[in-house]
Amino acid sequence: MGTLAVFKKEMRSYFASPIAYAIFTLFLVISGYFFYSILAYLSLISVQAAMNPGLARGLNVTDGIVRPFFIDLGVVLLFLMPLLTMRLFAEERKQGTLELLLTYPLRDGEILLGKFMAATALYALLLSTTALYMLLLTWWSELELYPILTGYLGLLLLGMAFLSLGLLFSSLTENQIVAGAFAFGASLLLWIIGWGATLAEGDWGALFRHLSIVEHLTSFARGVLETKDIAYYLGMTSFFLFATLKSLEVRRWKG
Amino acid sequence: MIEVEGLTKVYGNTTAIDSLTFTVQQGEVVGFLGPNGAGKTTTMRVLSCYMPPTSGTARVGGYDIRTQALDVRRRIGYLPEHVPLYTDLTVTQYLSFVAEAKGLSRLTRRQRVGEAIERCLLQDARGRIIGKLSKGYRQRVGLAQALLGDPPILILDEPTIGLDPKQIIEIRSLIRDMQGKRTVILSTHILPEVSMVCQRVIIINEGRIVAVDTPETLTRRLQRSTQVLLQIDGPPDQVSVRLREAPGVLQVAMKDGAGALRRYLVETDKDRDLRQELARVVCTSGWGLLELRPVDMSLEDIFIRLVTEEPVTGE
Repeated sequence: MGTLAVFKKEMRSYFASPIAYAIFTLFLVISGYFFYSILAYLSLISVQAAMNPGLARGLNVTDGIVRPFFIDLGVVLLFLMPLLTMRLFAEERKQGTLELLLTYPLRDGEILLGKFMAATALYALLLSTTALYMLLLTWWSELELYPILTGYLGLLLLGMAFLSLGLLFSSLTENQIVAGAFAFGASLLLWIIGWGATLAEGDWGALFRHLSIVEHLTSFARGVLETKDIAYYLGMTSFFLFATLKSLEVRRWKG
Repeated sequence: MIEVEGLTKVYGNTTAIDSLTFTVQQGEVVGFLGPNGAGKTTTMRVLSCYMPPTSGTARVGGYDIRTQALDVRRRIGYLPEHVPLYTDLTVTQYLSFVAEAKGLSRLTRRQRVGEAIERCLLQDARGRIIGKLSKGYRQRVGLAQALLGDPPILILDEPTIGLDPKQIIEIRSLIRDMQGKRTVILSTHILPEVSMVCQRVIIINEGRIVAVDTPETLTRRLQRSTQVLLQIDGPPDQVSVRLREAPGVLQVAMKDGAGALRRYLVETDKDRDLRQELARVVCTSGWGLLELRPVDMSLEDIFIRLVTEEPVTGE
């Protein structure tokens, strides 16, 4: 009940301010360019493959377009997700509206969940616009539906992890820029930690690979659903949400 | 309705409020008075369950603010000091959100929002974006959100600040109308406001309660002498001398005026009404008496005396 109230209010705020429109524009331009360049590259390879049949092996739409496109979208999320979450608590604290919000008969958890769901819903809406590209592909090729669905599921889960991380930083400061910068930095760190996996040996390498947030996306994009990947994203999300809840509680004490 | 016991809030190493104890009866309008930084806002924040106290406790509407915060919050309407509102929403959108957050049922929500808008005279601002509203309108939106859901207890931090005189009168009468129906705690800087709308005053300084009483008793208790103001048409030197000679007069001060027409402030013994005597002196001397009235000690005087001098203990 309370969650729904906060959810509706946040959705309204996204569209009442330029935030939602700015993010949609950015996302559509960038993802559109990614899609175009991947498509252009594949058609170039295809022309060469027509003359050199050796190249044609392993050339298909799923591996050639869908998979790299999803991984590229993951990169875009790195930049865009902090923009969705940075204001959610920081602005309320700065404007003082948090004081009123916290004196309504709402549990902290309801407020947090409402905000998280609003950010997730806006992100899901954003993601759904790329379905248009997939629709375009069906025009002249036969698409495998399954890897596309798992790919979207992976992106949704990845996005939720980023969003919860962003919420945590937004609850820690009253400065939106600081919240956004830290959310971006932390997301990037989770991304590049996998790079160390190749250098570190043995158990450390395995640990880094497991921690890497993008490592888990690749199997989704390949059409493989693995419990450990789902558990990784959900675990990350719940951990960050829990930390945010605690940070709200601490803030209450500090006043 | 509100029972506060030993309420203390410490931020770092400053004590904002120090073991406050007071009660507010159902239907009472109580004014919270004190200089800046006295702890008014902190007290209100603790009572509205925005933050927990460091020690001590309070029961609001019969519920403990520490352990039953949600029950308390269901029964209060709170207006914080700087009226924080979501500036990107319209008045109706905002109030609908508040109604939903306060758990009003879907059926009554629209009606209640309409009522709150009417009661706070916001009809012509319904569809406007809050960020574009003037301070007076925002204050009223803040009041409207506090009144939504008909809470039996209202906690208002400086409800009339930033309003124009006409709006101040409207808001005050709104608060006065609540007497008997709702329990109201309000803080203010404007002292006459307290005697106008409050039945009781709690004066607080440096986190401690200095006095709790009705505005009238406070005035009486602290008054050391009675003052009478006269406007007399007569030779100033003679008038001053004659007035001072009257029995019971302690001091005479010439205030303003020009030529023969002057105002005099006469200080007399406490609890002694010298008005008749003074009038007779003026008349028998053949001067013109244009005005004669007792001057009450203003709440400002009391306030200054309380926060700068010794604490009041039943004199």
